[in-house]
Amino acid sequence: MTIRAQIGMVLNLDKCIGCHTCSITCKNVWTSRGGMEYAWFNNVETKPGLGYPRNWEDQEQWKGGWTRTKSGKLKPKAGGKVGLLTQIFANPNLPEIDDYYDPYTYEYDHLKTAKESKTVPTARMKSVITGKTKDAPDWGVNWEEILGGEFEKRRSDYNFRDIQEQMYGEFENTFMMYLPRLCEHCLNPSCVASCPSGAIYKREEDGIVLIDQDKCRGWRMCVSGCPYKKIYFNWQSGKSEKCTFCYPRIEAGEPTVCSETCVGRIRYLGVLLYDSEQIKEAASVPDEKDLYQAQCDLFLDPNDPDVIARAKADGIPESWIEGAQNSPVYKMAMDWKIAFPLHPEYRTLPMVWYVPPLSPIQSAHENGMMESKEGTNGMIPDVESLRIPVKYLANLLTAGDEKPVTTALERMLAMRAYMRGKSVDGVTNLGILEQVGMSEHEMDDMYQMMAIANYEDRFVIPTNHREYAGDGPFDHEIAFETRSECGFSFGNGCHGGEEKRPNLFGSPSHANTLDGSYRGAKTPGDGGVKTLEATKMGDKS
Amino acid sequence: MSEYLNSFFFGIYPYIAVGVMIFGSILRYDRDPYSWKADSSQLMSRKGLRLGSNLFHVGILLLFFGHLVGLLTPHWVYSPFMTSGQKQILAMTAGGIFGTITLVGMVILIARRFGNARVSATSSFWDKAILLLLFAQLILGLLTIPQSAKHLDGSSMIELAEWAQKIVTFRGGAAEHIINENIIFKLHIVLGLTIFLVFPFTRLVHMFSAPIKYLLRSGYQIVRKRQ
Repeated sequence: MTIRAQIGMVLNLDKCIGCHTCSITCKNVWTSRGGMEYAWFNNVETKPGLGYPRNWEDQEQWKGGWTRTKSGKLKPKAGGKVGLLTQIFANPNLPEIDDYYDPYTYEYDHLKTAKESKTVPTARMKSVITGKTKDAPDWGVNWEEILGGEFEKRRSDYNFRDIQEQMYGEFENTFMMYLPRLCEHCLNPSCVASCPSGAIYKREEDGIVLIDQDKCRGWRMCVSGCPYKKIYFNWQSGKSEKCTFCYPRIEAGEPTVCSETCVGRIRYLGVLLYDSEQIKEAASVPDEKDLYQAQCDLFLDPNDPDVIARAKADGIPESWIEGAQNSPVYKMAMDWKIAFPLHPEYRTLPMVWYVPPLSPIQSAHENGMMESKEGTNGMIPDVESLRIPVKYLANLLTAGDEKPVTTALERMLAMRAYMRGKSVDGVTNLGILEQVGMSEHEMDDMYQMMAIANYEDRFVIPTNHREYAGDGPFDHEIAFETRSECGFSFGNGCHGGEEKRPNLFGSPSHANTLDGSYRGAKTPGDGGVKTLEATKMGDKS
Repeated sequence: MSEYLNSFFFGIYPYIAVGVMIFGSILRYDRDPYSWKADSSQLMSRKGLRLGSNLFHVGILLLFFGHLVGLLTPHWVYSPFMTSGQKQILAMTAGGIFGTITLVGMVILIARRFGNARVSATSSFWDKAILLLLFAQLILGLLTIPQSAKHLDGSSMIELAEWAQKIVTFRGGAAEHIINENIIFKLHIVLGLTIFLVFPFTRLVHMFSAPIKYLLRSGYQIVRKRQ
């Protein structure tokens, strides 16, 4: 057994209102540069829907994630090492920009600079990449927002497998939910496995998966290798980029930008301890439906004295063990069993987990009658009568196994019924708790965490102890040499943003392109004071 | 004058070109590793890339190694097995086949690079320039085949190999082997050296990063501590 720690995330979909604040704040911090206009490290999808990039969940199309061979071994679905190298000249599984969307802006400046005319000037749509006028957008990062578009397209959603989806196209039966998505920082990442350069790596101390931008050669195997399509090819720098889990913030003990700014307070961050030697075995269990349980079995109880002793021996700092003991992620995933990994069947062992959403009761009658869970005397509604089919959630979160999802939904329904009884009727109904197998103490805890969701309960992030990264127990050299260092840069010193120095080898300028610039624009779209020279899109113009 | 030019282009220029290539590449790798990349445009358009890029890469790799082996193998190594005339026929046949493969691939890639609005818009000056340089070099290379068909005794080929071997082993008098060659060979060599010269400033540097090490990686995963 070798214990490693990782900061995991849980998203409570029951409380997600689909406001996209996470996406916007992330975009502004991380992907406002040229070449990344189309890329969203965090995006929010309306499900059912095909998503972004289009139909990303269907690995028969994209060949992302792992496949289990007949001999029981795992290899990337697109092929082993030799197989992947034969695809290096042209990757047959790489999405095209249209699968994401062709980034666009509008000629806003024309509204201010147009000469006097009989008709009102218009701001025509422009492709950011080519500068050509477009008639209309045809896909986008939230194209199917709140069930936009026809059911005929939406019905090919991968999660509808084994479901008679036709009836959900009827207005009376339609349902929806939001799914915020980011890099899963997997325990068994297939992007790392398919990177020929060895530029992608998982950090031992906190599990964050990063791309070394100086080592990346742009072979683009990771883009197709990631089943979540959360690695993006920067067309200007020629390198792949991905969600960094806001590691400079995490190292300082602060939550990621998406979590910090979530207005619904649906995001949780906390430490999980796991046995790194069991990863391979867990990821290669024969039955896909066992993957959820296999991953749970990797996580170790941070209150177990043996685990604590072993963790210390493996170099995990005291503060991280303490963090694991107070981890909201551990509580939700392991104690209460209400959070699940997204698409465990890809066998990457993802570390961003989701609490399934409750939904309105589908068959509530006018007289207030509803089907209820057997033996609960109408106190807990039957989850089968929820508007979102349990099978759909199970296809999303447990490779189709409905039982764990049902249990989670019942616990959440029980929490509502129990707390309503307690605070409205003044009755503590322990019968409800018995039904879902939870104690009063546990339920109070869960209520505090899920409904109140205080900042300090949601984010339990020990600071990164870089001084422990050396060979010895405390490395003074590392501790002192990193003082006043730049947290994040593009090499060549501490340049974080735009670079204006002359450049012999044509590296991109990292100029901000969120100001409405497009290729060939005479002025930036917003008519700002910056000249186009300053904002021009890197070296490629 | 022509003798001066001859000794410049075939005696001195090779060292300038290869020197710039080596030191330029080291400088780029060391000072600006972020710019070191293959610079794929596949994201912008996948149409034609699969056929074009595969044909081009396979063809040009075979051509490269064909030149390497053909020019740098000393005469005494192969003379027990074949005459220089036979070697010339072999070189012409192999070069013709590989050249045609590359030609088909390049036509597709050029059409895509200049014809596709997105690919064209996101290309840098050097992305386009190096493609045209390589294309011109390929055409010159293919034109040498009918030229060498005029004299099949292998003597001209021996001279070219002799030149190349003198250059790489730093022996004097290399340029004298070229002076009587046809203009097409001369242009092919000068343009080839020019491609070496511009190498560090283009995407060609990605060939130094051919990910052979990937095959040697134990397992698939990379986990590391912060360094």
